[in-house]
Amino acid sequence: MRFRRLLPYVLLIIGSVIMLFPFIWMVSTSLKAPFDIFNLSIIPENPTLANYIKILEESMFIKWFMNSIIVALITTISVLFFDTLVGYIIAKFSFVGRTVIFILILSTLMVPTEMLIIPWYMMSSEFGWTDSYWGVLFPGLMTGFGVFLMRQFMEQIPDDLLNAARVDGMNEYAIFFKIAVPQVWPAISALGIFTFLSNWNAFLWPLIVIESPSLRTLPVGLSFFSSGEAESQWHLIMTGATISVIPLILVFILLQRHIIKGITLTGMK
Amino acid sequence: MEQFKSPQNQNNKTTQVKKEKTSLLHKFRGNLRYQKYLFVYTCLLLPIIFYLGIRILPTLFTFNVGFRDWNLLSTDIQPFVGLENYVTLFQDEIFIKSIFNTFIYILLGVSGQLLFGIIVALLLHKINRFVGFFRVIYFIPYVTSIVAISWVFQWILMGNGIINDILVNLGFSAQPFLNSPDQAIYVIIAAMIWQSIGFQMVLFLAGLENIPEMLYEAAEIDGATGWQKFWYVTVPLLNPTIVFSAVIGTITFIQVSFTQVINMSMDGSGGPLNSTISVVVYIYQLAFKQFDMGLASAATVILFLFILALTIFQMKVLTKKFDY
Amino acid sequence: MFKKWQLTLLAILLSVVFAACSSDDESSANQEDGDITLEYWQYSFDSKVNLMDELIAEFEEANPGIKVKQTNFPYDQYNEQVAAQVPAGKGPDVINLFYGWVPTYVDAGYLQPLPQDAFPHEEIESEFFPLVEATKMDGEYWTIPTSVRTLALFYNKDLFEEAGLDPNSPPQTWEELEDYAVQLTKADGNGRLEQSGMAWEPAQQGHHWLRDGLTLQAGGQVLSEDRKEVVWADTPAGLEAFKYWLSFPTELGTSEQGFYTDDVTAFVTEKAAMNIDGSFRVGTLQSDAPDLNYAIAPLPGKDVQSTNASFWTNGITARVEGEKLEAATKFLEFLTSDDVMERWLDATGELPAKESVAMQDKYVNDEIYGPFIESLPFANAHFFVDETRERDLVIDAANRVLMEGQDPEEAFNQLVEATQKLYDEYWEK
Repeated sequence: MRFRRLLPYVLLIIGSVIMLFPFIWMVSTSLKAPFDIFNLSIIPENPTLANYIKILEESMFIKWFMNSIIVALITTISVLFFDTLVGYIIAKFSFVGRTVIFILILSTLMVPTEMLIIPWYMMSSEFGWTDSYWGVLFPGLMTGFGVFLMRQFMEQIPDDLLNAARVDGMNEYAIFFKIAVPQVWPAISALGIFTFLSNWNAFLWPLIVIESPSLRTLPVGLSFFSSGEAESQWHLIMTGATISVIPLILVFILLQRHIIKGITLTGMK
Repeated sequence: MEQFKSPQNQNNKTTQVKKEKTSLLHKFRGNLRYQKYLFVYTCLLLPIIFYLGIRILPTLFTFNVGFRDWNLLSTDIQPFVGLENYVTLFQDEIFIKSIFNTFIYILLGVSGQLLFGIIVALLLHKINRFVGFFRVIYFIPYVTSIVAISWVFQWILMGNGIINDILVNLGFSAQPFLNSPDQAIYVIIAAMIWQSIGFQMVLFLAGLENIPEMLYEAAEIDGATGWQKFWYVTVPLLNPTIVFSAVIGTITFIQVSFTQVINMSMDGSGGPLNSTISVVVYIYQLAFKQFDMGLASAATVILFLFILALTIFQMKVLTKKFDY
Repeated sequence: MFKKWQLTLLAILLSVVFAACSSDDESSANQEDGDITLEYWQYSFDSKVNLMDELIAEFEEANPGIKVKQTNFPYDQYNEQVAAQVPAGKGPDVINLFYGWVPTYVDAGYLQPLPQDAFPHEEIESEFFPLVEATKMDGEYWTIPTSVRTLALFYNKDLFEEAGLDPNSPPQTWEELEDYAVQLTKADGNGRLEQSGMAWEPAQQGHHWLRDGLTLQAGGQVLSEDRKEVVWADTPAGLEAFKYWLSFPTELGTSEQGFYTDDVTAFVTEKAAMNIDGSFRVGTLQSDAPDLNYAIAPLPGKDVQSTNASFWTNGITARVEGEKLEAATKFLEFLTSDDVMERWLDATGELPAKESVAMQDKYVNDEIYGPFIESLPFANAHFFVDETRERDLVIDAANRVLMEGQDPEEAFNQLVEATQKLYDEYWEK
């Protein structure tokens, strides 16, 4: 019995080693001098903060960091609001064009972003959106991913629950915010994490649409360190990656507890 | 730009919707119904404009380019060439290879990440100490930069890397891994699975949370064993999550496979000998290395249809199985 | 009634989107405030970007009324950035391109020929190293470089001494290179390399070394005079070079692809004793490995000496005309002046493109740059119709031999055939 209780821990710990090893190696490399990177020790023999200093010394670093935060936050808020709403409507209302709209939204996920860059750029330059925050974030304001996720979760809310509220005279907006949203809080948290993450890491589009150094996002800014001609400044790449992963881990630590529903309201009859 | 000039079907659709809307309005004048429709269409207004303008139109633009001979660097008129790009693609060995590889990536990669994702989520669901701690650990690979971590994998797997040290010490011969046309694709798939376990874990944790505790309690009263609970309560109720995970896993895998392949393959473009090239990597090369937007767009259309078919298939098969 | 205005709004919004997308691009017209602004694009490379800022300030001072705006993008995404802006009718007026990309750009009509009154052909041909002809097409020069780079042999003096070799007499012939590489190689009992005598990476400089180095050294040619035929296999020299090149990872066992992830990293971390690399690497070595005790020598030769040269080069884009064209021409003249070339070498380590500037004693006798400059008179820059694909074909040919055990001769013939196909496609257009 004891063993059965401990087994999950044992398995999880073994898994953790595999999950963490490459990550730890990355952090460790970021603390090494370039000629030392193949030194086998996980704990650097001559740890140096030189790589961090080199990156942090870049005068615009703070600016890039803030740009990334702004872009990721705005898109995340927008995605959370719109995608949850659309997912709810598609899951819980029958109306003309429901399937068509859902399939269309879903199909937007099936075209590689690389191929949308050209039309997006044409559009941005037409409307004067290039080289601005809006230009960076407009393609991500709503995602098929979020709509699909929220639809799957909203479908599980019992209709009776919603109808009961309607009979009580609640209006549709109140039903959405007060009844439906709390039911799918775990999924909303998950969506928040994913959206923040993907916008934080977004690279190709922000790179294309931004020209001014002061508007670069963090991944775009950091890419200027590592890209010479066929150059491989791995110590700097590792350092940049380590710095930019910290806010993501923080966001995850903050949001992950919401994946557990606080109170189970499931009013099943 | 000419490519944008055929939005007629879009316009037709809006007028159609308009007609249906008004006629429906006449039918149901009930207050509740009216309120519902008002709510539905008000809320959908902005999203529809967004998806049409930012996603669908650019996609149609790409589809249009697929029928043209378009050098991306040229400002000349792009002549319409019918199906020529498609014919070229299907005679192109590398393209065929890339479709085949994409299929392998999806088949092994998606089932792998689903399997490990469920296992980790279930284990985490079982324990009650250090839950948050383990979650963070398993999520870390997902947030780590692919570029940086790909180099770590190259380093671990190189001729005198750690893995080969272990193999040699155990008496096996050293393996070429990423330097071998037979092994490289599986190594990359393993790295992709490693990276996406955290993603699937979060989804399944959210899915598991959605299962009402009372169902387990009820099953326990009926004397169900652990396995029975898993098969008759967890799996059916997790079904929407499984469907979502499989579909989204497939779709994102196609995007993710790009960065992973570019960074892990030995020549940075799907090598050795094109053994790891995926459709998106090839599309990217066609568009931005060879500047052949026509071919790249045609390949995008084929990829689109491929994923669409796969998604419909997955939704049908997976959703039906547990539909009781 | 409530519905109607919503739908009208939707219709209006949609039609705005459509209308905006279908209207032709005219908005990017210049504001006429008297000044001409030139957009200059260059890939992001710290020392070049900083020097360019300085040069631009000087140029603007000397030419009132002309402003230059420098924009940079990372090397890896440079072509994407250019490509993304073309359909939107935007982009640079003066662009810095890798010479191997130029034929593709010329073919697409992206560039215009250099104005002959400012850059007469006789002058280019008498002053610049002949390798700049790699961007002469259809009887026109399309671009002009400030600087060029050559490949040479980088070797680790400490590892030479450790192996009992004289660090002051680097290998000079093919045989010596083989011999040195073998002596500098260490392997463990399981046949795994511990130290590579010769870094060998076809995807990096390896393919250049094969084409412009080894093949020409053996007395062969890759391309015919008119650049239409791949004559690589017409003399035995081509195959000889290919086999010699492949002997390092095969018979000699001194090299391995992906050894310590790539050649530069392996050399920096002293896991590889020798490497073929360009003058552009000197700066990286100085900053990343200040203690590395290395030296540079011209490429070991055979019947004749030869090395690969490459360069970043400046062109004017097709839609620049009128006053702007004059300004752009002035800017290019400035960038190719003797003074700028000297400063370019000091700041970036790239070699002057004009013979009279490069062959000055102070450069020829320089410990680091000397060997590169010495190599310039016999340096060649292969004319690429598609740099990426030609590179990939060489990599594939090598991998077929190394991984699938294909006969080198067969692999070589396939390589030549596939390369010829690229040229046929290119010239057909």
